[in-house]
Amino acid sequence: MKAKHQRLILAVVALVALITAGLLAASALKDEAAYFYAPGDVKAKGVEPGKPIRLGGMVVKGSLQKAPDGVTIHFDVTDGKATVPASFKGIAPDLFREGSGVVAEGAFDRSGTFQASNLLAKHDERYMPRELQGIQYDEKTYKMKAGQ
Amino acid sequence: MHRFANPARFLKIARPLTVWLFWPGLALLLIGAGCGLFVTPADYLQGDTVRILYIHVPAAWLGMGGWTGIAVAALMQLVWRHPLAAVAGRAIAMPGAFFTAICLVTGSIWGRPTWGTWWEWDGRMTSMLVLFFLYLGYIALANASARQGNGGVSPVTAIFGLVGAVNLPIINRSVVWWNSLHQGPSITLRGSSIDSALLWPLGFTLIGFTLIFVAILLMRMRAILAQNKIEARMQRLARG
Repeated sequence: MKAKHQRLILAVVALVALITAGLLAASALKDEAAYFYAPGDVKAKGVEPGKPIRLGGMVVKGSLQKAPDGVTIHFDVTDGKATVPASFKGIAPDLFREGSGVVAEGAFDRSGTFQASNLLAKHDERYMPRELQGIQYDEKTYKMKAGQ
Repeated sequence: MHRFANPARFLKIARPLTVWLFWPGLALLLIGAGCGLFVTPADYLQGDTVRILYIHVPAAWLGMGGWTGIAVAALMQLVWRHPLAAVAGRAIAMPGAFFTAICLVTGSIWGRPTWGTWWEWDGRMTSMLVLFFLYLGYIALANASARQGNGGVSPVTAIFGLVGAVNLPIINRSVVWWNSLHQGPSITLRGSSIDSALLWPLGFTLIGFTLIFVAILLMRMRAILAQNKIEARMQRLARG
């Protein structure tokens, strides 16, 4: 066997071992490296009140309400598996709206309402002109289709 | 590939190729950026903010593509002892780091109006920042370890380049494996969820930036080879 081939085998074996190690580490981090909890995670695992976390999901359509004081908002966050109520006092980002993604920083109170101290808007991977608004991207067929 | 191991043969091709890559690349970039700013419609949700996409995406692509190049060059250097591969590794590092930095900065500027934050430690942003630090480490290691005969990087640096490639699939999958603030991939093998009315200038800037990147790579390789020549001549003169 030529030295060149030995080096090639060594390099390939080392690379395969490294990538396997990387993937193993990444999959072990699967839960720990999550940037936020989804409502389904909260329901499945339980988060004690007062523990600071990030809660991420979609703002349920029709759930957004402004409190009488004018600066507090109440809304529901869902991930399709579970829905939790949340409230926030302050100025929400421009892209925060019903039916869109949100990541809220804060903690659950005793009554199970998420008290957010900060709101971040999360948008999805769809970009389109305004004229096409309402047209949905179908993840199964990878085509645009008319929305609700 | 070993046909190009001879620097004279490489230079004969690289010299005209630099010009033929750089100017068309710049033209494509200007067309793409101009159309992205003034021709395409605004996004339904983000409005005009979406236009930073035409710089942000090519920068991310070249930041990751640069390290792919470093890893391939490292493999060719370590296994086949290709003399120009070591030179290519050194030449890629700086533009690669530069585009990674552009990606991070444009992403931060984009994040403020859309997400409401300059920076968050989510999977995509953190792994991209790690890539930037890997570039800095590679550059420092390449400069600190002994200069190889032909101006290339040392074998240790090449091994570092290979090991760092582990980060590339992590960056790519970070928005799929973990909950993240960054949205999922828009362009996949099966299609694009960016509407074609917004998508097309991205092709121009993507190809434009890539051509410029390769042109810069060739320029830097030529500069390293030219420096070799100077050093060899100086040594001959010093010996008298």
